[in-house]
Amino acid sequence: MNLGPHAAFIVTAYAAAIGIVAGLIIWVVLDRRHLRRMLDELDAQGISRRPGRTSEERP
Amino acid sequence: MPVIDLANPSRFLALTDRILPWLAGAAAFAFALGITQAYIAPDDYQQGATAKIMFIHVPAAWLGTFCWVLMSAAALGTLVWRHPLADVAAKAAAPIGAAFTLMCLVTGMLWGRPMWGTYWVWDARLTSVLVLFLMYLGVIALWRTIEEPSRAARVVAVLTLVGAINIPIIKFSVDWWNTLHQPAAVLRLSGSSIHPAILVPLLISIAAFTLLFLTLHLAAMRNEIMRRRVRTMLMMQADARA
Repeated sequence: MNLGPHAAFIVTAYAAAIGIVAGLIIWVVLDRRHLRRMLDELDAQGISRRPGRTSEERP
Repeated sequence: MPVIDLANPSRFLALTDRILPWLAGAAAFAFALGITQAYIAPDDYQQGATAKIMFIHVPAAWLGTFCWVLMSAAALGTLVWRHPLADVAAKAAAPIGAAFTLMCLVTGMLWGRPMWGTYWVWDARLTSVLVLFLMYLGVIALWRTIEEPSRAARVVAVLTLVGAINIPIIKFSVDWWNTLHQPAAVLRLSGSSIHPAILVPLLISIAAFTLLFLTLHLAAMRNEIMRRRVRTMLMMQADARA
Protein backbone atom coordinates (compact mmCIF):
# COMPACT_ATOMS: atom_id res chain seq x y z
CA MET A 1 0.00 0.00 0.00
CA ASN A 2 1.47 3.32 -1.06
CA LEU A 3 0.53 6.09 1.37
CA GLY A 4 2.30 8.78 -0.61
CA PRO A 5 4.54 11.59 0.62
CA HIS A 6 2.54 12.12 3.84
CA ALA A 7 2.70 8.52 5.06
CA ALA A 8 4.26 9.53 8.40
CA PHE A 9 1.23 11.73 9.22
CA ILE A 10 -1.24 8.97 8.31
CA VAL A 11 0.59 6.29 10.28
CA THR A 12 1.00 8.59 13.32
CA ALA A 13 -2.72 9.49 13.24
CA TYR A 14 -3.76 5.81 13.19
CA ALA A 15 -1.21 4.97 15.90
CA ALA A 16 -2.59 7.75 18.10
CA ALA A 17 -6.15 6.50 17.56
CA ILE A 18 -5.16 2.92 18.42
CA GLY A 19 -3.31 4.15 21.52
CA ILE A 20 -6.29 6.17 22.77
CA VAL A 21 -8.77 3.31 22.16
CA ALA A 22 -6.42 0.81 23.83
CA GLY A 23 -6.03 3.18 26.77
CA LEU A 24 -9.81 3.41 27.20
CA ILE A 25 -10.26 -0.38 27.08
CA ILE A 26 -7.41 -0.98 29.56
CA TRP A 27 -8.81 1.71 31.90
CA VAL A 28 -12.28 0.12 31.93
CA VAL A 29 -10.96 -3.44 32.43
CA LEU A 30 -8.47 -2.54 35.20
CA ASP A 31 -11.04 -0.36 36.97
CA ARG A 32 -13.51 -3.26 36.97
CA ARG A 33 -10.94 -5.71 38.32
CA HIS A 34 -9.95 -3.28 41.11
CA LEU A 35 -13.58 -2.63 42.12
CA ARG A 36 -14.50 -6.34 41.94
CA ARG A 37 -11.56 -7.13 44.25
CA MET A 38 -12.61 -4.41 46.71
CA LEU A 39 -16.22 -5.66 46.73
CA ASP A 40 -15.05 -9.23 47.36
CA GLU A 41 -12.74 -8.10 50.19
CA LEU A 42 -15.52 -6.11 51.86
CA ASP A 43 -17.90 -9.03 51.41
CA ALA A 44 -15.35 -11.38 52.97
CA GLN A 45 -15.24 -9.05 55.98
CA GLY A 46 -18.98 -9.58 56.38
CA ILE A 47 -19.94 -6.08 55.23
CA SER A 48 -23.05 -6.03 53.09
CA ARG A 49 -25.21 -3.19 51.84
CA ARG A 50 -28.22 -5.36 52.55
CA PRO A 51 -28.14 -7.78 55.49
CA GLY A 52 -28.29 -11.41 54.41
CA ARG A 53 -26.95 -10.88 50.87
CA THR A 54 -23.59 -12.17 49.75
CA SER A 55 -21.52 -11.34 46.68
CA GLU A 56 -22.95 -14.39 44.91
CA GLU A 57 -26.44 -12.97 45.23
CA ARG A 58 -25.33 -9.50 44.26
CA PRO A 59 -25.55 -8.80 40.54
CA MET B 1 -39.81 -5.67 30.97
CA PRO B 2 -41.02 -2.06 31.34
CA VAL B 3 -38.42 0.51 30.27
CA ILE B 4 -38.53 2.17 33.70
CA ASP B 5 -37.23 -1.07 35.25
CA LEU B 6 -33.94 -0.56 33.40
CA ALA B 7 -33.40 2.48 35.59
CA ASN B 8 -32.97 0.14 38.57
CA PRO B 9 -29.17 -0.30 39.00
CA SER B 10 -29.41 -4.04 39.80
CA ARG B 11 -31.57 -4.73 36.76
CA PHE B 12 -29.26 -2.54 34.69
CA LEU B 13 -26.26 -4.63 35.78
CA ALA B 14 -28.07 -7.88 34.97
CA LEU B 15 -29.09 -6.58 31.54
CA THR B 16 -25.63 -5.25 30.65
CA ASP B 17 -24.14 -8.61 31.69
CA ARG B 18 -26.06 -10.13 28.78
CA ILE B 19 -25.73 -7.24 26.29
CA LEU B 20 -22.03 -6.30 26.64
CA PRO B 21 -20.46 -9.41 25.02
CA TRP B 22 -22.75 -9.03 21.98
CA LEU B 23 -22.09 -5.30 21.75
CA ALA B 24 -18.32 -5.83 21.99
CA GLY B 25 -18.52 -8.55 19.32
CA ALA B 26 -20.55 -6.30 17.03
CA ALA B 27 -18.00 -3.48 17.52
CA ALA B 28 -15.10 -5.85 16.70
CA PHE B 29 -16.89 -7.09 13.56
CA ALA B 30 -17.71 -3.53 12.46
CA PHE B 31 -14.07 -2.49 12.99
CA ALA B 32 -12.80 -5.44 10.94
CA LEU B 33 -15.18 -4.48 8.14
CA GLY B 34 -14.41 -0.75 8.46
CA ILE B 35 -10.62 -1.26 8.41
CA THR B 36 -10.89 -3.51 5.34
CA GLN B 37 -13.10 -0.99 3.55
CA ALA B 38 -10.84 1.93 4.52
CA TYR B 39 -7.83 -0.02 3.20
CA ILE B 40 -9.38 -0.61 -0.22
CA ALA B 41 -11.05 2.82 -0.46
CA PRO B 42 -9.59 4.94 -3.29
CA ASP B 43 -7.37 7.91 -2.54
CA ASP B 44 -8.91 11.37 -2.73
CA TYR B 45 -8.22 13.07 -6.06
CA GLN B 46 -6.76 16.13 -4.31
CA GLN B 47 -5.53 14.92 -0.92
CA GLY B 48 -4.28 11.49 -1.96
CA ALA B 49 -3.93 8.86 0.79
CA THR B 50 -3.98 11.58 3.48
CA ALA B 51 -7.79 11.50 3.25
CA LYS B 52 -7.64 8.09 4.98
CA ILE B 53 -7.21 10.02 8.24
CA MET B 54 -10.88 10.94 7.73
CA PHE B 55 -11.89 7.36 8.69
CA ILE B 56 -10.75 7.99 12.27
CA HIS B 57 -11.03 11.78 12.51
CA VAL B 58 -14.73 12.07 11.58
CA PRO B 59 -15.97 9.27 13.92
CA ALA B 60 -13.89 10.77 16.76
CA ALA B 61 -15.41 14.22 16.12
CA TRP B 62 -18.91 12.71 15.99
CA LEU B 63 -18.44 10.86 19.29
CA GLY B 64 -16.82 13.84 21.02
CA THR B 65 -19.93 15.94 20.39
CA PHE B 66 -22.46 13.06 20.71
CA CYS B 67 -21.07 12.22 24.14
CA TRP B 68 -21.70 15.77 25.37
CA VAL B 69 -25.29 15.57 24.03
CA LEU B 70 -25.69 12.27 25.91
CA MET B 71 -24.29 13.90 29.08
CA SER B 72 -26.75 16.80 28.61
CA ALA B 73 -29.67 14.36 28.42
CA ALA B 74 -28.35 12.65 31.56
CA ALA B 75 -28.03 16.07 33.21
CA LEU B 76 -31.75 16.63 32.63
CA GLY B 77 -32.38 13.22 34.22
CA THR B 78 -30.35 14.32 37.23
CA LEU B 79 -31.94 17.75 37.66
CA VAL B 80 -35.55 16.91 36.74
CA TRP B 81 -36.00 13.32 37.98
CA ARG B 82 -32.97 13.14 40.32
CA HIS B 83 -32.31 9.63 39.14
CA PRO B 84 -28.99 8.11 40.29
CA LEU B 85 -28.57 6.13 37.06
CA ALA B 86 -28.57 9.44 35.15
CA ASP B 87 -25.68 10.58 37.40
CA VAL B 88 -23.89 7.31 36.70
CA ALA B 89 -24.39 7.69 32.92
CA ALA B 90 -23.04 11.25 32.95
CA LYS B 91 -20.01 10.44 35.10
CA ALA B 92 -19.08 7.35 33.08
CA ALA B 93 -19.37 9.21 29.77
CA ALA B 94 -17.06 12.14 30.57
CA PRO B 95 -13.63 10.41 30.29
CA ILE B 96 -14.74 8.57 27.15
CA GLY B 97 -15.95 11.79 25.54
CA ALA B 98 -12.68 13.50 26.50
CA ALA B 99 -10.67 10.67 24.91
CA PHE B 100 -12.57 10.83 21.62
CA THR B 101 -12.33 14.64 21.54
CA LEU B 102 -8.57 14.32 22.10
CA MET B 103 -8.46 11.79 19.25
CA CYS B 104 -10.33 14.28 17.05
CA LEU B 105 -7.86 17.07 17.88
CA VAL B 106 -4.73 14.94 17.40
CA THR B 107 -5.83 13.33 14.12
CA GLY B 108 -7.10 16.71 12.87
CA MET B 109 -3.70 18.30 13.55
CA LEU B 110 -1.93 15.45 11.78
CA TRP B 111 -4.29 15.87 8.81
CA GLY B 112 -3.98 19.65 8.83
CA ARG B 113 -0.18 19.83 8.68
CA PRO B 114 0.22 18.28 5.21
CA MET B 115 -3.01 19.81 3.83
CA TRP B 116 -3.00 23.32 5.34
CA GLY B 117 0.72 23.70 6.06
CA THR B 118 0.10 24.06 9.80
CA TYR B 119 -0.88 21.86 12.73
CA TRP B 120 -3.11 24.49 14.31
CA VAL B 121 -4.97 27.72 13.62
CA TRP B 122 -7.18 29.58 16.08
CA ASP B 123 -10.23 29.41 13.84
CA ALA B 124 -13.79 28.80 14.99
CA ARG B 125 -14.03 25.01 14.42
CA LEU B 126 -10.67 24.09 15.93
CA THR B 127 -11.03 26.46 18.86
CA SER B 128 -14.60 25.35 19.69
CA VAL B 129 -13.50 21.69 19.71
CA LEU B 130 -10.54 22.59 21.96
CA VAL B 131 -13.04 24.34 24.28
CA LEU B 132 -15.12 21.12 24.27
CA PHE B 133 -12.04 19.12 25.33
CA LEU B 134 -11.28 21.60 28.13
CA MET B 135 -14.92 21.41 29.28
CA TYR B 136 -14.62 17.61 29.49
CA LEU B 137 -11.52 18.02 31.67
CA GLY B 138 -13.43 20.54 33.83
CA VAL B 139 -16.33 18.11 34.28
CA ILE B 140 -13.97 15.24 35.20
CA ALA B 141 -12.19 17.49 37.70
CA LEU B 142 -15.52 18.57 39.21
CA TRP B 143 -16.65 14.95 39.66
CA ARG B 144 -13.41 14.27 41.54
CA THR B 145 -13.57 17.45 43.62
CA ILE B 146 -16.99 16.91 45.23
CA GLU B 147 -17.03 13.69 47.25
CA GLU B 148 -20.80 13.26 47.72
CA PRO B 149 -21.98 11.75 44.38
CA SER B 150 -25.51 13.20 44.31
CA ARG B 151 -24.25 16.71 45.11
CA ALA B 152 -21.48 16.42 42.52
CA ALA B 153 -24.06 15.22 39.98
CA ARG B 154 -26.22 18.34 40.40
CA VAL B 155 -23.27 20.73 40.07
CA VAL B 156 -21.90 18.85 37.05
CA ALA B 157 -25.38 18.72 35.47
CA VAL B 158 -25.65 22.52 35.53
CA LEU B 159 -22.16 22.89 34.04
CA THR B 160 -22.97 20.29 31.37
CA LEU B 161 -26.17 22.05 30.30
CA VAL B 162 -24.40 25.42 30.16
CA GLY B 163 -21.61 23.81 28.11
CA ALA B 164 -24.15 22.35 25.67
CA ILE B 165 -24.29 25.77 24.01
CA ASN B 166 -20.90 24.85 22.49
CA ILE B 167 -22.36 21.92 20.51
CA PRO B 168 -24.29 23.99 17.90
CA ILE B 169 -21.33 26.37 17.80
CA ILE B 170 -19.06 23.46 16.82
CA LYS B 171 -21.55 22.18 14.25
CA PHE B 172 -22.25 25.51 12.54
CA SER B 173 -18.86 27.21 13.08
CA VAL B 174 -17.82 26.33 9.52
CA ASP B 175 -20.97 28.05 8.18
CA TRP B 176 -20.99 31.10 10.45
CA TRP B 177 -17.31 32.04 10.17
CA ASN B 178 -14.50 31.78 7.63
CA THR B 179 -12.36 28.84 8.68
CA LEU B 180 -9.61 26.68 7.25
CA HIS B 181 -11.73 23.66 8.14
CA GLN B 182 -13.89 22.36 5.31
CA PRO B 183 -17.70 22.75 5.58
CA ALA B 184 -20.00 19.85 6.48
CA ALA B 185 -19.73 17.02 3.94
CA VAL B 186 -21.72 14.13 5.49
CA LEU B 187 -24.70 15.63 7.36
CA ARG B 188 -26.13 18.17 4.91
CA LEU B 189 -29.70 18.96 3.96
CA SER B 190 -28.75 18.53 0.29
CA GLY B 191 -27.15 15.13 0.94
CA SER B 192 -23.55 14.03 1.35
CA SER B 193 -20.97 15.55 -0.99
CA ILE B 194 -18.62 12.57 -0.58
CA HIS B 195 -18.36 9.91 -3.31
CA PRO B 196 -19.92 6.57 -2.27
CA ALA B 197 -16.55 4.82 -2.68
CA ILE B 198 -15.31 6.84 0.32
CA LEU B 199 -18.64 7.54 2.04
CA VAL B 200 -19.53 3.85 2.61
CA PRO B 201 -16.25 3.02 4.44
CA LEU B 202 -16.65 6.23 6.41
CA LEU B 203 -20.19 5.31 7.55
CA ILE B 204 -19.01 1.81 8.51
CA SER B 205 -16.18 3.37 10.50
CA ILE B 206 -18.62 5.73 12.24
CA ALA B 207 -20.85 2.74 13.10
CA ALA B 208 -17.85 0.78 14.46
CA PHE B 209 -16.68 3.66 16.65
CA THR B 210 -20.25 4.24 17.89
CA LEU B 211 -20.60 0.55 18.87
CA LEU B 212 -17.24 0.81 20.66
CA PHE B 213 -18.43 3.93 22.46
CA LEU B 214 -21.65 2.21 23.60
CA THR B 215 -19.66 -0.83 24.80
CA LEU B 216 -17.21 1.32 26.76
CA HIS B 217 -19.95 3.52 28.17
CA LEU B 218 -22.04 0.61 29.44
CA ALA B 219 -18.91 -1.02 30.92
CA ALA B 220 -17.90 2.26 32.58
CA MET B 221 -21.45 2.67 33.95
CA ARG B 222 -21.19 -0.81 35.49
CA ASN B 223 -17.90 0.20 37.08
CA GLU B 224 -19.41 3.39 38.47
CA ILE B 225 -22.30 1.46 40.06
CA MET B 226 -19.75 -0.91 41.65
CA ARG B 227 -17.70 2.11 42.83
CA ARG B 228 -20.78 3.51 44.58
CA ARG B 229 -21.44 0.15 46.23
CA VAL B 230 -17.84 0.06 47.46
CA ARG B 231 -18.24 3.59 48.81
CA THR B 232 -21.46 2.67 50.64
CA MET B 233 -19.87 -0.44 52.14
CA LEU B 234 -16.77 1.47 53.23
CA MET B 235 -19.00 4.05 54.92
CA MET B 236 -20.92 1.25 56.67
CA GLN B 237 -17.61 -0.26 57.77
CA ALA B 238 -16.47 3.11 59.14
CA ASP B 239 -19.81 3.56 60.95
CA ALA B 240 -19.52 0.09 62.49
CA ARG B 241 -16.04 0.88 63.77
CA ALA B 242 -17.05 4.29 65.17
